[in-house]
Amino acid sequence: MASKQIVLEIKNLGKKYRLGKIGSGTLSHDFQEFLSRFRGKEKASTEIPLTDEQKDFIWALRDIHLSVNKGEVLGIIGRNGAGKSTLLKLLSRVTQPTEGTVRARGRIASLLEVGTGMHPELSGRENIFLNGAILGMSRQEIESRFEEIVDFSGCRTFLDTPIKRYSSGMKVRLGFSVAAFLEPEILIVDEVLAVGDVEFQKKAIDRMRAVSSGGKRTVLFVSHNMASIKTLCSRCVVFDQGRLVFDGHVDEAISRYLGYNQDASSRLITWEKRGHQTEEVFVRRAEIRAENKAINEPFSITDAVNIEIELTNKNPNKTLDCTLQIHSEDGAFLAASSTLFENDTKENFTSGQLSFSCQIPPRFFNQGSYRFSLLIVADRNTTILRLEDLFKVSFVTAARSPGDWMGTTRSYLLPQFIWNKKLM
Amino acid sequence: MKIDLPEHDESPWDVVIEPAGINISNNLRDVWRYKDLLFLFVKRDFVTFYKQTILGPLWFFIQPLLRVFIFYVIFGRIVKIPTDGIPPILFYLTSLIFWEYFAGSWKKTAETFLENQQIFGKVYFPRLVLPLSVLLSNGVKLAIQFLLFALFWAYYYFAGYGIGLTSALIFLPLYLLIMALLGLGAGLIVTSLTTKYRDLKFLLDTIIQLLMYLSPILYPLSLAEGRLRTVLLLNPMTSVLEAIKFSFLGTGVFSFAYLAYSLIFGLVLVSIGLVVFSRTEKNFIDTI
Repeated sequence: MASKQIVLEIKNLGKKYRLGKIGSGTLSHDFQEFLSRFRGKEKASTEIPLTDEQKDFIWALRDIHLSVNKGEVLGIIGRNGAGKSTLLKLLSRVTQPTEGTVRARGRIASLLEVGTGMHPELSGRENIFLNGAILGMSRQEIESRFEEIVDFSGCRTFLDTPIKRYSSGMKVRLGFSVAAFLEPEILIVDEVLAVGDVEFQKKAIDRMRAVSSGGKRTVLFVSHNMASIKTLCSRCVVFDQGRLVFDGHVDEAISRYLGYNQDASSRLITWEKRGHQTEEVFVRRAEIRAENKAINEPFSITDAVNIEIELTNKNPNKTLDCTLQIHSEDGAFLAASSTLFENDTKENFTSGQLSFSCQIPPRFFNQGSYRFSLLIVADRNTTILRLEDLFKVSFVTAARSPGDWMGTTRSYLLPQFIWNKKLM
Repeated sequence: MKIDLPEHDESPWDVVIEPAGINISNNLRDVWRYKDLLFLFVKRDFVTFYKQTILGPLWFFIQPLLRVFIFYVIFGRIVKIPTDGIPPILFYLTSLIFWEYFAGSWKKTAETFLENQQIFGKVYFPRLVLPLSVLLSNGVKLAIQFLLFALFWAYYYFAGYGIGLTSALIFLPLYLLIMALLGLGAGLIVTSLTTKYRDLKFLLDTIIQLLMYLSPILYPLSLAEGRLRTVLLLNPMTSVLEAIKFSFLGTGVFSFAYLAYSLIFGLVLVSIGLVVFSRTEKNFIDTI
């Protein structure tokens, strides 16, 4: 068996961007600065040199170490601004890193956009050659794959028509088809699969799978579509705020990503000084957490969820109750639960400190996002405080073992009722 | 037992991406690998030039003819600038098509970064391919317009206007080389600067126009004397245009010294251009 060859090695990679204006803005100023540098003096403008910590710079990417073996299909995920695109730009040599090195064996071809450099006045045929050459294919390579490209695009009838007469879908299909038959050792793909109609998308995914199987080609695949990451990738890395925060198994990476996608700090809310208060009540603290998990870890649908709220009752004559309402992300009212219906909480809370806690059992939610609202009810009949959408939490599916059903159920909730299976 | 250690794989790296550092020889080798792209760009420029026009490729002829006609009316008939005894139309046409090769190359090369930022932002290929393709497509244009020139030349030759080829014609490749170097060098410098200072984009047209009047296109060098002549000779295009006219028409100033000056000027310009261009191409996409 062939050795596991490293085809792409990234060491300590970083890219720094300057915020705001580039240069001083005027030619004369830059010229003065150039002259004084030339004379070996200090900068003409006697400003204090700015350090990285100051606001003028931002590291879009930093301390990236990564090595990719031959034949791997590496998924790259992360929310907007996490540094994915910067990484792709560096790898495809569109811009230069500030620090670190990237080394690769074989050609790197990047597909950050389909149809780059196509000219509207040229025919489909001419554009296939032009686009292919821009992507780094030689004339012979394009000629040998020409028929396949044309078949794949489904634009054969219009091959000699200028592409300005093409529909936008046809243009995109033609562009993707050229790219799909690129044969570099390392292929970088950025979300371009989301092109064309449903049928073409399926074809595109199949083609990507064909490209990446066989172990010859190494593919780096950036997407926000977790389903295609799951079907195509053998390994996945997660980026967050310019750093690589996870490298490993695809399912785990996706859970991580979905977890990072929400603000962990919003799961614990404290109102310290002024507080969230009305005449009757003062809420000090509210918290939602998954049982046995740290506050910043993502919620899984197999976790029990605890919600806690602490408040001060300012009016000792009133009885307080708490109601929890759960909405789906798209606004459907899914469930409500309240102390109002508990018989044993009828006693009068005379005054002072008070806390409500509630536990939602494991296997109640489905994967997705939910919004939690809390209502404080006085004397079992008047709502005195409404904490609308207090928490917003996403749940991820638990890691599944191979052979399990991999699909998803589209219901809002996926509760585990009590089932019995008996042989009769 | 043999253990495969990936770390021990000693096969060389094909691509190394590092901060800073420019390597022009590497750059040129890369251009060679992308020569197919170079020719496709030339083809694109050529084909799209006349797409959706009624007269099609005829425009390659009509453009210079119109300009020569205007020159003839204004400078030949109204201002009456002498043309060394050469029929004015032939005189203007000779200098104009060659001047246009230089000016066109300069102008188009100077747009490299701004015009192609969309492609440059998405995919890597040696950026130098584009300026080189400009030189080639302008060369094609020159070759086509040369046919027109040959036609006029033959007419005046057989009509007995006393024009004739001289042996200086064997240096024609040198003239072309000098013009290519000047156009490329100036273009590379300007396009690199325009990524930062857009002002140059607006200035360039004026500069080129000014330089045109400082070149012996509408008048022969022999007309200038004293300081004016020195100024004209400082323009590296002067010696080339004069040599070209001497080669084809038999009048004009042919001097190896002047040509050597222009050649060195061109080489220096290209060297500076390559350095500035290579430095700009690395990061311009962040600042444009």
